[in-house]
Amino acid sequence: MSERVTLVLDASTALRRFGLGPKFGDIVRISGDPRGFVLAALADPSAARIPDSVDLEPSHFVFAALEDAKLERAVARAFMPGQPLKPGEPAPPPLMFPSATLRRAAPPVMASPEAPTVTSPTMAASAGSTVGQVRREAFRDEAFARIARAISTTTPFLERLVQFWSNHFCVSTTKGSVRALAGSYEREAIRPHVLGRFCDMLKAVEQHPAMLIYLDNAHSIGPNSKAGQNRTRGLNENLAREILELHTLGVDGGYTQADVTNLARVITGWTFGQGDKIAAADRGRFLFAPHRHEPGVFPILAKPYDQSGQLSGESVLADLARHPKTARHIALKFARHFVSDAPPLPLVAALEKTFRDTDGNLAALARTLVASPLAWEAPAAKIVPPYDFVVSLVRGFDLKMQPGEVNRLAAVLGQPLWQVGSPKGWPDADDSWMGPSPIRERLRIAEKVAKDVPRGLDPRAVLVDLVGAGVSEHTKLAIARAETREQAFELMIMSPDFMRR
Amino acid sequence: MSLGQNGCAEHMMLSRRGLLTTAASLSLWSLLPRVAIAGTRDPRLLVIVLRGAVDGLALAAPVGDPAYVSLRRKLAVPKDGAGAGLPLDGFFVLNSAMPFLHGLYQKREALLIHAVATPYRGRSHFDGQDVLESGLGGVAPSESGWLNRALAGLPHVGSTAALQAVSAAAPQPVSAAAPQAVSAAAPQQGLSMGAVVPLVMRGSAPVMSWTPKAYSLPLRDQTVERLMDLYAHTDVKLAKAFAEGLEIDRIAQVGAAAPLAAAKPLATSGQPAPSGQPSQRGVPPNVAQPAVPSNVAQPAVPSNVAQPAPARPFRDFIETAEAAAKFMTTSGGPRIGALSFDGWDTHANEGVITGQLANKFAGLDAAIRAFAEGMGPAWADTVVLIITEFGRTARTNGTEGTDHGTGGAALLVGGAVNGGRVLADWPGLSDAALYEGRDLKPTQDLRSIMKGVLRDHLGIPDGALGSVVFPGSAAIKGSQGLIV
Repeated sequence: MSERVTLVLDASTALRRFGLGPKFGDIVRISGDPRGFVLAALADPSAARIPDSVDLEPSHFVFAALEDAKLERAVARAFMPGQPLKPGEPAPPPLMFPSATLRRAAPPVMASPEAPTVTSPTMAASAGSTVGQVRREAFRDEAFARIARAISTTTPFLERLVQFWSNHFCVSTTKGSVRALAGSYEREAIRPHVLGRFCDMLKAVEQHPAMLIYLDNAHSIGPNSKAGQNRTRGLNENLAREILELHTLGVDGGYTQADVTNLARVITGWTFGQGDKIAAADRGRFLFAPHRHEPGVFPILAKPYDQSGQLSGESVLADLARHPKTARHIALKFARHFVSDAPPLPLVAALEKTFRDTDGNLAALARTLVASPLAWEAPAAKIVPPYDFVVSLVRGFDLKMQPGEVNRLAAVLGQPLWQVGSPKGWPDADDSWMGPSPIRERLRIAEKVAKDVPRGLDPRAVLVDLVGAGVSEHTKLAIARAETREQAFELMIMSPDFMRR
Repeated sequence: MSLGQNGCAEHMMLSRRGLLTTAASLSLWSLLPRVAIAGTRDPRLLVIVLRGAVDGLALAAPVGDPAYVSLRRKLAVPKDGAGAGLPLDGFFVLNSAMPFLHGLYQKREALLIHAVATPYRGRSHFDGQDVLESGLGGVAPSESGWLNRALAGLPHVGSTAALQAVSAAAPQPVSAAAPQAVSAAAPQQGLSMGAVVPLVMRGSAPVMSWTPKAYSLPLRDQTVERLMDLYAHTDVKLAKAFAEGLEIDRIAQVGAAAPLAAAKPLATSGQPAPSGQPSQRGVPPNVAQPAVPSNVAQPAVPSNVAQPAPARPFRDFIETAEAAAKFMTTSGGPRIGALSFDGWDTHANEGVITGQLANKFAGLDAAIRAFAEGMGPAWADTVVLIITEFGRTARTNGTEGTDHGTGGAALLVGGAVNGGRVLADWPGLSDAALYEGRDLKPTQDLRSIMKGVLRDHLGIPDGALGSVVFPGSAAIKGSQGLIV
C-alpha cells in the first residue's frame, strides 16, 4: 500500500464518513487498518438488530395497546347518549360491562426466533393508558434504544446503514399512530435487512402497518371490489406513487401516471388487522383484505400483473427491486449520502453494477462503497446532519447525556428523530444542514459541551484523537492559539474538520 | 436565508435562480394597483397555525344558540357567573382566558370568524393540516404552501435590507453601499419561526428561519470572532451561514422596537449589541428604523389586565411571538411570517373554563399580546391570521372532551383589521343543522378569508389568488372588508 493511499484511507474518514464519529482512542486503535475496521461491521448480518424486549414491543403489541386505548375512549363516550360515533369506529360495547373486562385478549406471544424473550403479553402502558400515552411511551422507549445504540455501538457503519435505509423508506411520527410505531417499524422492516436483500426490505417496508398508515394504503379500497361497491371511499394512490418515485425507480424512472394508478389498484387490500372482527393473531399485523382488492389485470411498466390476491403486488415489488432504474437510483443516492452531491462517476457505476449483479445484495453494496478508494479520497463535503452531530459529540467527549436530550438537541437543529416533514425523507445534499440559525446553535451546544469536558484534557491531544492527523493547519492553529481550553474545544467542534465529513 | 429542512436549503443554492423565477411570476402580481407596496404602507402579516384542531365553540361560544348548553354541558362557556365569557356581539362570548384579545375586539382590532372550514372534509389532522397549509382544494402532495406562493410574487420592500445585505456580503463587514445592491425586484423574504419551516411557508420564495436556542447560554465574542476568522480561511459557506445566524440571533434579542416604548434605532451607538461590535458581526452600521413620527399613538394595548404566568410550553410560544415581532419591525427585515403551535387536540378533560384548554387560550392570548406590543407603531399596519385545520365535535364526548369535527373558528387581529365583529353565517346547533349530525356546519370557506387578507392587505390580485396561491379556487371569492 503506497504512502498516499495509507494517508487517505485514514482512520478519521473511517470513523466519520462511514461512522458516527470517533470515541477516545478509536483513531489510534484502528489506524493500522481503517478499511478493515469499517468492513468488519458487515460481518454479522444480525448485528444490526435490536431485539424485542419488555420495553421494546413488537408493532402488533403496540397497535393492540392503541386499540385498547381507543376502545376505552369509545366506552367512555357511550356513557353520553346521543353521541354519534365517528365513521369506521367500533360500536361501544354494552354499558353494563366495567371497562376493564372489555380489554380484549392480547395477541398470543409468538414463538419466533426474532422475539424469543418477550414475557409481557400486554404493554404495561396499556392498562388504562390514553392513546396519547401509548404513543408517547412507545416512542420514548424506542427512541432511547435507538440513540443508546448509536452512542455505544462499536460497528457505527452498521448504524449509518440503518439510518440511510430508514430515511430512504421513512415514515413520520407527525401522522397519528405512526408515532407509536416508528421505532418498531425500523426494528422490524429495516434492521433485519440492512445487510440482506433490497427486495426483502422493500416487501417488509411496504407491508408494515406503519407504512400502510403513513402513506394511506391501509384504507385504500378498489372501486370495483366488494367493499368499494358499497362505499364512497376509494382508491388512494399515495403509497403506490411513493413506491415508484421514492422507494424504487426514482422520479426520473420512466413510469407514468397510469403506472401509479395501476400499482395502487394492485395493492388494494394491503392493510393490517384492526377493529373488532379481526382474529387476535392478525391484530396489528399485515393482512390482505380480499373484499377491498380491485379485481382485474393491470399493466405496470408495460407488464400485465394478473395473479390473485396479494401476490400480484408482491410480484410488482420484486420486479421493481430488480429494475435497472432502481439500481441506478439507489446507487446514486447511496454514493451521494456517503460521499458528496457529485460523487465520482466510476464509484456510482461500481455501486450500480454491484446492485444489479447481486440482485440487490445490500451488504455487497456497502462493501463496494468501502472498497473503492474513490469513496475515501473525495474531500469532506457533507455537513454532518444534526442527529449525527449530537451523537458524535456524546461519543467523542464521552458525555453523560440522556437520549431524550440528544433528541431534543437534534430537534433544535432541525432533525427530530423519525419526524420528517415529507415522505422524501431528510434532505441529503452536502449543505442541506447549513441553515443559519441551526449553525449558530451548534456553537451554543459546543459551548455547553466544552463546559462538560473533563478537566485536564489537552485540546491539542483531543484534536488528534477526535479529528485525526489530517486536520487542517488553520484549525490546528486556531486551537493552539485559543485563549482557554473551553474555547479550544468550541473551535474544534465548530471547525470544518468536525462539521463536514 | 433558509433552514436545512425539507428542501428549503435549496434556496440557499438557488437563490439567484429563485430570484429569476420570482421575477417571472411577478408580472402576474404587478398588474394590480400596488396599494400595499407603493410606499405609503408597509404591511405585515403573521400567520399562526394552531395544530391539533382548536375547539372553536370554546373559543367563541354561541351562547345565544338554544342548543349550545345542552350539547356542551360542562364544557359550555357560561354567560354569567364564574368563568363567564367576555361579551362580543350578544350572541357570542369570548373565552374568559383571553382578556387581551377581548381588549383588541373592543378597539375593533380583532375579528372573529366562525363556522368556517377549509375544503377538507375528512378528520385526519395530518391531511387537514396539509390542506390548510398547501392551499389546495383537497388532499394532494404539495411541496409549497399558500403563504410562500403569495410571498413569491411580492417585491422586496425598501432597499436597505439588513438581512439581505448580510447574506449578500458576509463575512466581510457590510459597507454602507452594499445594501444598494439589493434589487428592488428582489422577492420578499419570508420569516419562519421554529426549527421546522411549516408547510404554509415552504416554497420557492426565500425564507429566513429563526430557531430557538439550544441552551440559554450567551455566545462569547472572542470565540465568535475566532470562529469567523477560522471560517474565513477555510469554509466560505459556513462563514456565510454562521454570520447570518448571528444576525438573526441579534435581531431576536435586541429587535428594533422596544415593547411599549418609542421605537429606538437599531444598532446605533446607543444600542449595545449583545456581544461583539456590530461591524464584526456583519451588521450594516446604517440600519435605522423606518421614520416614525414621535407623536404616533401606541397600539391599543390594555396594560392593566392581570395575566397569570403561563406554563412552560406557552412560554416558548410567547417568546417566539415576541421574537417574530422583532424581525418584522426591523428595517428591511421580513414582513410576512409564519409560526405554528401544537397541542390543541383536546379529546379528554378539555378544561374549557379552567384546565387544559383554558391554559392554552391564555397562552395564545399572551402570545398575541407579546407580538402586538413588540410590533410597536407597526401594529397599525399588521394583520395576524390565526387558523387551525378543522373544528371539533359539537357535543361533549364521554371523556369531557371533544373529537375531530368540521366547522371551526379563525381569528384576525391587528391594527389593520376591520374588527370588533364576529363574521359568521351561523348555521345553528340543532340536530338537523349539524354537519353529519355531529359537527358545526361550515358556512364559509377559510380560503375566502385568506384571499381577502392577501388581496386587501398585501395587494395580491384576485386572478393570482385563484390560480397560483390557491390553485383552482377562482369560484371562491375573497371576503370584502376584512382590512381597514
